[in-house]
Amino acid sequence: MTLSVRSVTVILVLLGLALVPPIASWVDQGYYTVLFARMLIMSIAAIALNLILGFGGMVSFGHAAFLGVGGYVAGIFIFHYFEDGAEWMGNGYVQLAATIVASALVALFIGAICLRTRGVYFIMITLAFGQMLFFVAVGLEIYGGDDGLSLYTRSEFPGLFDLNDRTTLYYVSYGTMLACLLVSWRLINSRFGMVLRGARLNDRRMKAIGFPTYPYRLVAFVISGVMTGIAGFLLANQTDFVSPSMMHWTKSGDLIIIVVLGGMGTLFGPLFGTIAYLLLEDILPSITESWQLFFGPMLILVVLFARGGIDSLLGPRSRPDD
Amino acid sequence: MTRSVPLLETVSLMKRFGGLTATDHLSLTVMENEVHAIIGPNGAGKTTLIGQLTGEIRPDDGRVLFAGRDVTGLPVHRRSHLGLARSFQITNIFLDFTVLENVSLAVQAHAGHSFRFFADARKERRLIAPAEAVIERVGLGRRRDDVAHSLSHGEQRQLEIAMALATDPVLLLLDEPMAGMGPDESARMVEILSGLKDELSILLVEHDMDAVFALADRITVLVYGAAIASGTPDEIRSNDAVLDAYLGDERP
Amino acid sequence: MNWLLLFEQILNGIQLGLLLFLLAAGLTLIFGIMDLVNLAHGSLYMMGAYFAYSFAGWTDSFVIGVLLALPATLLLGIVVEVVALRTLYDRNHLDQVLATFGLILFFNELVRIIWGPAGLDLPLPDFLNTSVEILPGIPYPTYRLAVIAVGLLVALFLYLLVARTRIGMLIRAGASNREMVGALGVDIKLLYTIVFGLGAALAGLAGMMAAPILTVEVGMGERILIDTFVVIVIGGIGSIRGAFLAALIIGLIDTVGRSILPDLLNLMLPQAAASTAAPALSSMLTYVLMALVLAIRPAGLFPPRGA
Repeated sequence: MTLSVRSVTVILVLLGLALVPPIASWVDQGYYTVLFARMLIMSIAAIALNLILGFGGMVSFGHAAFLGVGGYVAGIFIFHYFEDGAEWMGNGYVQLAATIVASALVALFIGAICLRTRGVYFIMITLAFGQMLFFVAVGLEIYGGDDGLSLYTRSEFPGLFDLNDRTTLYYVSYGTMLACLLVSWRLINSRFGMVLRGARLNDRRMKAIGFPTYPYRLVAFVISGVMTGIAGFLLANQTDFVSPSMMHWTKSGDLIIIVVLGGMGTLFGPLFGTIAYLLLEDILPSITESWQLFFGPMLILVVLFARGGIDSLLGPRSRPDD
Repeated sequence: MTRSVPLLETVSLMKRFGGLTATDHLSLTVMENEVHAIIGPNGAGKTTLIGQLTGEIRPDDGRVLFAGRDVTGLPVHRRSHLGLARSFQITNIFLDFTVLENVSLAVQAHAGHSFRFFADARKERRLIAPAEAVIERVGLGRRRDDVAHSLSHGEQRQLEIAMALATDPVLLLLDEPMAGMGPDESARMVEILSGLKDELSILLVEHDMDAVFALADRITVLVYGAAIASGTPDEIRSNDAVLDAYLGDERP
Repeated sequence: MNWLLLFEQILNGIQLGLLLFLLAAGLTLIFGIMDLVNLAHGSLYMMGAYFAYSFAGWTDSFVIGVLLALPATLLLGIVVEVVALRTLYDRNHLDQVLATFGLILFFNELVRIIWGPAGLDLPLPDFLNTSVEILPGIPYPTYRLAVIAVGLLVALFLYLLVARTRIGMLIRAGASNREMVGALGVDIKLLYTIVFGLGAALAGLAGMMAAPILTVEVGMGERILIDTFVVIVIGGIGSIRGAFLAALIIGLIDTVGRSILPDLLNLMLPQAAASTAAPALSSMLTYVLMALVLAIRPAGLFPPRGA
């Protein structure tokens, strides 16, 4: 068996990511563990978005809302645990379960309405619902409203791990990211995945051969929403802070850019895209203060002329099962 | 051959678009094991009719009966499950999928639900075996693993038919299956369709008169959404109204 | 709740609705005719406000400032169309979203460089900075009345333009059937540029008129852009009539809702719960309305023909 450039790259990237905490502590630059943990968490959200955007053709412009849902569940539970001494709300398992339930319900509600529409309508409505959740968060004055909410402690999973430890948080994020990659990989090649991809390519034909595509799209939307919710849960723990800004609509835009930059509808594209995007975001401001002046048009050019994203640099675009 | 049982029936079907009547009190019957051809000049409302039969277009009035039940309000995918399959006038396949994936997806639509998230669909014998059989049948065996957009126009048309067949239909609605084909490809298609005549009913909308007269048991002539004549190919050939309204156009 | 206050809120709602309509009218045509998702429409609104600020500052006159800013925004719109958006018409919606998102980043940064990051105030001239007694005992700001008047005039102008002129005929035809307009032998490129420029000028006008009421600041276009999307989606893409109706509905619901919802909640919930829930709920109102409309009519109130 020979390894393609893509496989080698993926293995190197995954290995490299696994080695970040020891290297960072060796060179005494804890900052890198923080930066790369953030990268891992955002890549979970990107993998989730890619599932419906890349494979399902659903341009969801409100996906950051699910980051917010997960983040606020963590924030609110920890807030009550800390302020009111509600012991059970400090339990990580409970928090995670609540994250999953809450993001699934929100995704079910938003998806059920948005998926009745197509094209431009879908884009605008997901954007509007994302914004709605943003304003809900702004209106939650007991949880800080506009200013957000600080987490005084992180989620603990008794008997398993405690996210208060920075390295533990890193590896939990790493493991979750791998799990999401695995889930995506199985999903897109399963019967369900074939229906999802078929509906992206040709919805009319799907109906003609006997598929009601709506329920499949909806389930995909919910799966993606839950994955993103989990990313939000981790993000809140990582930054010790939640605020409406994490679900601002520009964050949804960032997620779409990440997916397109990495390579839409490819398995590893979202991971590549996240790494590239966050590195750029980290480096560019140190070169010029007005980096967005160049970043905006650059984005347009990438979108218009480098369509396959980073993934396509690693050889011809493969079938997604490779 | 039994000819007594109606499989598909439209009862006084009506459809208007603005001031234009696309389907005008149309009552039509397709019998079991019959090849029923619909011909008519451009703008006669043939595609609108197909749309109403498959469920993509909701009629303004009238009913569609299929296999003894009223399907007028049923959505497209439900009709497919009752055994109604169609091919599209403009090739409408999954261009990024291979031939096998195209056809096995059609098989999958009728092989239980697809909320299966883990097993690789492309390794399921239950989907692949029937798909391969259909692919052989329409003569695409050599192209099994090629991506659909690399097929020639004629091959894509064959794939259209294969996808319809893979849903195991009792009635095939073919919307101009020979559209854009050369004589050789058309002959090939007539051969494929003749081979299907014994197992299912076909409603054929087609401009290619050679193909229509070669395949059809019965022909209905549609003009401005209304049926002006219906009968065997011989009856239609000698029908004056038809000669005036339709065949007249075709002659120099 | 007092009835006079409610009346005032209704006027405020109409005024917000008309501003939304100015944005929505251009945007819905751009969607309908060119099938282009333009997120940067809010940037034109913002640029209109900044132009008005600068021109008013230089000429020392609010009115002249606005009169100069209007053609400036129109020109900017045309430049944006010719330089950037023209290449996007044949692209899919995702590409359009990303590219126009890039434009937003660009314009926001540009504004930060030219005008600085701090918010600016555009002062009103004295003759507008008064109030009129619209009903005995109810003073209402003259400027807001002027905004309502301008909004209604523009709506009338648009109605006449679309219903009575040749360009309007092409616009209507284009919104319901794009291929047909091309088949008529019309210079499609020119039509697109005109429509886009018109849309930009309307967005800019909305920005200028909002400027004295709000703060002129970076990002001001984005919040209202999303409300505009809600308007367009409810009204039906490509429909000016739908945009007008939906804009007024959204303006009224948002403004009036915000002022009466707390009172309503107070009647139903304990004081503490009501004051907690009110701000969150009232900002949800317009989106809930959108969800309701779409659940019943997925293509909006006035779907374009053939869709």
